[in-house]
Amino acid sequence: MTGQAPFGTFHMTRTAGLWLLIGLAGYALLPWYMVAGGFWSLRWIMAPLGDGASGLTHSLQGKVWLALPLTGFAIAAVAVLGRASQLTTARLLVLAGTVGLALLVAQGLLVLRDGPRLALLGTASQTGMGAGAAVTATGLLFLLTTGISSLGRGRGDAFVTGLVGLVVALVAVFVFYPMAFVLVRAFELRDGAGFGISQFLPRFFDPNVWGMACFRGTGYCGPAINSVALGVMTGAGTTALGLAFALIFTRTQFRAKRLLRVLTILPIITPPFVIGLALILLFGRSGTFTTFFADAFGWEKTRWLYGFWGVWLAQMLSFTPIAFLVLIGVVEGVSPSMEEASQTLDADRWQTFRFVSLPLMRPGLANAFLLGFIESLADFGNPLVLGGNFNVLSTEIYFAIVGTIADPAKAAILSLVLLSLTLSAFVIQRRWLGKKNYATVTGKADSGRNAALNPALRAVCYGVALPWAAFTMIVYALIVFGSFVKLWGVNHTFTLEHYKRAFAITIRNGVHFTGAAWDSYVTTLTIAAIAAPLTAAVGLATAYLLVRQTFTGKAVFEFSTMLSFAIPGTVIGVAYVMAFNFPPIELTATATILIIAFVFRNMPVGVRGGIAALSQLDKSLDEASIMLGANSFTTLRRVILPLMGPAILAALTYSFVRAITSVSAVIFLVSARHNMATSFIVGRVENGEFGIAIAYATVLIVTMLAAILALQALIGRRTLRRADRVEAP
Amino acid sequence: MTKGSVRFEAVTKRFGSVVALKPLTLDIAPGTLVTLLGPSGCGKTTTLRLIAGLETASEGRILIGGQDVTHQSATYRRVSMVFQSYALFPHMSVAENVGYGLSVKRLPKAQVRERAEEGLALVGLAGFGKRLPSELSGGQQQRVAVARAIVLEPEVLLLDEPLSNLDAKLRRHVREEIRQIQQRLGLTAVYVTHDQEEAMAVSDRIIVMKNAEIAQEGSPHDLYDRPASAFIADFIGDANLIDVEVSQSGADTEIALLGRRLRVALPPVPNGAAKMVLRPHQVRLTRDAQGFALPAEVTYAAYLGNQIQYTLDSEAGRIFAICAPVAAPFRPGDGVHVTFDPADVRLVPA
Ligand SMILES: Nc1ncnc2c1ncn2[C@@H]1O[C@H](COP(=O)(O)OP(=O)(O)OP(=O)(O)O)[C@@H](O)[C@H]1O
Ligand SMILES: [Mg+2]
Repeated sequence: MTGQAPFGTFHMTRTAGLWLLIGLAGYALLPWYMVAGGFWSLRWIMAPLGDGASGLTHSLQGKVWLALPLTGFAIAAVAVLGRASQLTTARLLVLAGTVGLALLVAQGLLVLRDGPRLALLGTASQTGMGAGAAVTATGLLFLLTTGISSLGRGRGDAFVTGLVGLVVALVAVFVFYPMAFVLVRAFELRDGAGFGISQFLPRFFDPNVWGMACFRGTGYCGPAINSVALGVMTGAGTTALGLAFALIFTRTQFRAKRLLRVLTILPIITPPFVIGLALILLFGRSGTFTTFFADAFGWEKTRWLYGFWGVWLAQMLSFTPIAFLVLIGVVEGVSPSMEEASQTLDADRWQTFRFVSLPLMRPGLANAFLLGFIESLADFGNPLVLGGNFNVLSTEIYFAIVGTIADPAKAAILSLVLLSLTLSAFVIQRRWLGKKNYATVTGKADSGRNAALNPALRAVCYGVALPWAAFTMIVYALIVFGSFVKLWGVNHTFTLEHYKRAFAITIRNGVHFTGAAWDSYVTTLTIAAIAAPLTAAVGLATAYLLVRQTFTGKAVFEFSTMLSFAIPGTVIGVAYVMAFNFPPIELTATATILIIAFVFRNMPVGVRGGIAALSQLDKSLDEASIMLGANSFTTLRRVILPLMGPAILAALTYSFVRAITSVSAVIFLVSARHNMATSFIVGRVENGEFGIAIAYATVLIVTMLAAILALQALIGRRTLRRADRVEAP
Repeated sequence: MTKGSVRFEAVTKRFGSVVALKPLTLDIAPGTLVTLLGPSGCGKTTTLRLIAGLETASEGRILIGGQDVTHQSATYRRVSMVFQSYALFPHMSVAENVGYGLSVKRLPKAQVRERAEEGLALVGLAGFGKRLPSELSGGQQQRVAVARAIVLEPEVLLLDEPLSNLDAKLRRHVREEIRQIQQRLGLTAVYVTHDQEEAMAVSDRIIVMKNAEIAQEGSPHDLYDRPASAFIADFIGDANLIDVEVSQSGADTEIALLGRRLRVALPPVPNGAAKMVLRPHQVRLTRDAQGFALPAEVTYAAYLGNQIQYTLDSEAGRIFAICAPVAAPFRPGDGVHVTFDPADVRLVPA
C-alpha cells in the first residue's frame, strides 16, 4: 500500500520552501527593472551591475528601499525552517506574504522616476519594474496563499487557494489599478491646479455631455445621450434580428441554413469599421447605390449616412451575429417537451410561442440586448468613420486623448460616464433576471420536437431576416470587389495594386517583405497568437473556480471578474495609457501591454464558455479523481481539461479573433514599433486610401478563417474521439 | 488493530441553515460492511461524503483507522468511493481508469498496468482493459468502478447507491459480488442504499437514519426481530401496526386488543398505549373462528404465483397478509378470521 502523508506541515513547508526559493531567485538573479531590448533579448545577462542588476544588487548600490521585500522572505524563512506547529507556520507565512507584498507595492507607488512622493526618501528615483520584481511578487503571493490554505478548516488545497490568489492579483493589477487612475484623473482640476472635487460634478453632468437639444429640434444632443440612444436602438435591433435568425435556424425547414450560418459568422471576423467603410462606398454621397438612384429616379444625393442612422446601420451589420450566437443556444435550449406539453393543453402554435417559449427565452433576450448595448457603446470604428456631427462617447474620449487639445481629465470623466452607463445596464439586467446570471442550458437533448413556428410569425422572420442576409452578402461581395478595383465608385478597372502595396514581397538578395502592411500584419498575428492561449487560460481557470470550488469571498470574486466585461474597450485603453505610462508598471509602447489588454478585455467570454462547459461535466468525475488520491491540479490536468476540448477551442478562437479585429482599446496602445492591423487600417481610411484598407481587411478575414479551421482541425479531431460522451457513462 | 475503523464523534453538518446531520456518533468496526439506510433526504450521502472528505464537518471529530482526519483533504485519506453514476472517466480506457489512482501516486508504469489488470480480474473483467467505458454494459461499468476503487487497497470503501442504475436481476448478482470481494479482501465498507432488501442481503450491520439522525442500528436480524420503533418496524420488512394497550403483570406482558387480553413474550415497553407489530406472513386466515380471532373482510386479493397477498378490513384497522397459495383462495367480500401466534408478536412504543 502506498500511503500518503496527510496534507499537513510537511506539504505546506515544502510548497512554501519552493516559493521562497523562486521568490529569492527572482530577487537576487533577475533584472529588477525593465531592460532595454526586452527581457527575452537576454542582453541584460552581460550587464549584471548595470541594466541587468537584480533587486539585491540595486539595494546594495544605494537603492536601499529595494531591500524592503526581504522582510517578507525573512519571515517566510523562519516559517519554513522553524519547527513550529502547523497553525503557527501557516500564520507566519500569511504574515510573510502580506508584509512582503505590502512593502513591495508601497515602494513602487512611492518612489517614481521623478523622485519620491515623500520628502523623507530624499532624491530616490526608479524606473518601471521588470522580470525580477514580477517573480519576487509572485513568490510572495504564493507564500501568502500557501499560508492561507493551511489556516482554515477548509480542505486545505494549496493549488486552489493559489489560483484564486493569482486571478485576484491579476484582476487587481490589470483592471482595478488602471481604473483607479481614471477615477483619480477625473478629479483633476483645470490648468494643473491639482486635484479636487469641486469641478467633478459640474463636468460629469455637463450639458455638453447630457444635452437633449436634438429631441427639441434645437441643436445637437450630448454624446452621452447619443450613445444611449444608439445603444438602445442597436441592442433592440440586433436582438430582434438575432431572434429572427435563430428562429429560422431552429424552427423552420429553411434550406440554406449553412449559408446563413456563414453569413452570421463573417461579421464577427471583420474589423468593425470595414463595414462602415463599405457602407460609405455604397450609400455615401458618391456611393454606388446613391449614384444609381440619383441617375435613375433623380433622387437627391444626401449625406444621410453620416450620422445616427449610418452608425446604427453599421452596428446592426456588425453586432447582429453576436445576438444570434447568444440566442441560438437559448432557442435550442427551450425544452421541446415544454412546448409539447403546452400543445397537448390545447394551446395553438402562437399561444405556445407567446406564453411558453418566449418567456423561457427571457434571460437569453436580456443577455443579447445587453451585449448589443455594451458593444454599441464601446464601438469606436463605426462612429469614427460614419459619425459626422453625431458625437458619441467613445469617439469623444478618443479625441480628448489624441486631439489637438489633449484633455486627460475630460477623457477620464467621459470614461466614467461611459462606464456608469454600461454598469447601469449590467446591474439592471442582473436585477431583472434575478440570481440566474449564469443560467446555462445544460440541457440534455430530449427527444421531443420543437414546435414549428406559426405561419404569420414565420413570414415575419423570413421577411426580416432574408433581406438582411442578402444585404450582408452584398456588402461582403462589394468589400472583396472593392479591393480589386482601382478606385471604387470612380474607376472600376481590375487591379492588384492595393494588394501589392500592402503585401508585396521582393526577391532580390533574399526575400524582402516590402509591402506597407507586413509589419503590422506580423505583429497582429503574433500578439493575437500569444494572447489567445493566455486569455483562454485565465478565463477557464476563473470558470473552474466559480463552478467547482467554494471559498470565502466567492461572490465578490465573481462580480469583479464580470465587471471587466462591462468596461468598454475605449475605457480600458484610456485607463491603461494613464496607469502604465510611468513606474511602477511602465508598459506603454510595448507589445506586453497589448497582450495584457486583450487578455483582460476578452477574459469574460472565456469565463462564460468555461462555465457552460463545466456545468455539463458531471461533478462526480472530479470527486472520483480526488478520492483516488489525485489533488486538484492533477484532476484539472488529467480529467477536466481533456473533457473540455470544445470550450477551450471556442475560447481560443474567440480571443484570437477579437485580438485581431478590435480597435477600441488598441488605438490608444499601439506604438510605432508595435502597430496593429486595425489601427493601420484606420490610418489608411483617415487618409482616404480605401483600396488598401479594404484589401488588408480582406486578407485579415481570410487569415482568420484559415486560423479557425486550423484550430478546429488541431483540437477538434482529438475532441471527437475523447469527448463523444461527456456525461459519466 | 484499528486499521479500517471509522468513528464519528458528535459530528454535525449544516449547509447554510439546513441541518443535514444532527450530532452523530457512530463506530464502524474494521472489516465489516455497514449499510446506511433510510428515506430520501435523511443524510446518508452526507454521512458518506464526510467519511470521504468531500464535505467538511461543521462540528465534531472524524477518525479513520484511529487517526483524526477531520481536517484532512479527500486526496490524502485512504478511502475510496464508488459513485452512483460510476463517474468513470470517459476519455480513458478501462485499464487507464482502474490504474488512475496508482499512476497519480507515480508508481512505475509496468506496475500500474499489472495491478490494474489484477483489479479487473478480481471483478471478472480480465481482458476488457482496452475498451472505453462507453463500450461496456451498465453492470460491467459498475464493476470497473469497483475495481478502480479497490486497487488502491483503501482502508475504507464507500459505495453510494452503487446499484441503482441496474435492473433488478443484475442488481442481485452484482451485490453478491461486491459482498464477496469485500469479505475476501477484509475491507471495511460503508454502503448507502434505500432498498431495505439490498441492505438486509449484504450487511453485517445496518444503520437506519431518519431526519438527519440515527433511528436504530444493529444486525439485519436485530432490526427485523427487535424493532425499536414503529418507523423501523415498518421500514425493515413490512408490518401491520395495530393499536394495543399494554399492562405488565409479573414477568409477562399482557396486551389488550379490542377488549381481548393476550399474553405475549418480550420486549418490555411501558404500560399504556403501544403498537403491536405483526408481519404480513405471520397473519393466518381461517374461515371459522378458533380461539382468539379478529373478524375481517377481504377487500383485495392479488395472486403472485408463489404467494397470495390479501388486504383486509378489520375492527383493528387495515391488515395486510401474505399466504401460501392454496387451491381455493379467498375472494374480495369473503368474511375471514385473523389469527396469529402470540410468540411472534413484537411491541413498539405508540
Ligand atoms: N450541498 C447542499 N446544500 C444544501 N443542502 C444540502 C446539500 N447537500 C445535501 N443537502 C441537504 O441535506 C439533507 C441530506 O441530504 P443527503 O444527500 O445526505 O440525503 P440522502 O439521505 O442521501 O438522500 P437520497 O436518498 O435522496 O440520496 C437534505 O435535506 C438535503 O437537501
Ligand atoms: Mg443520496
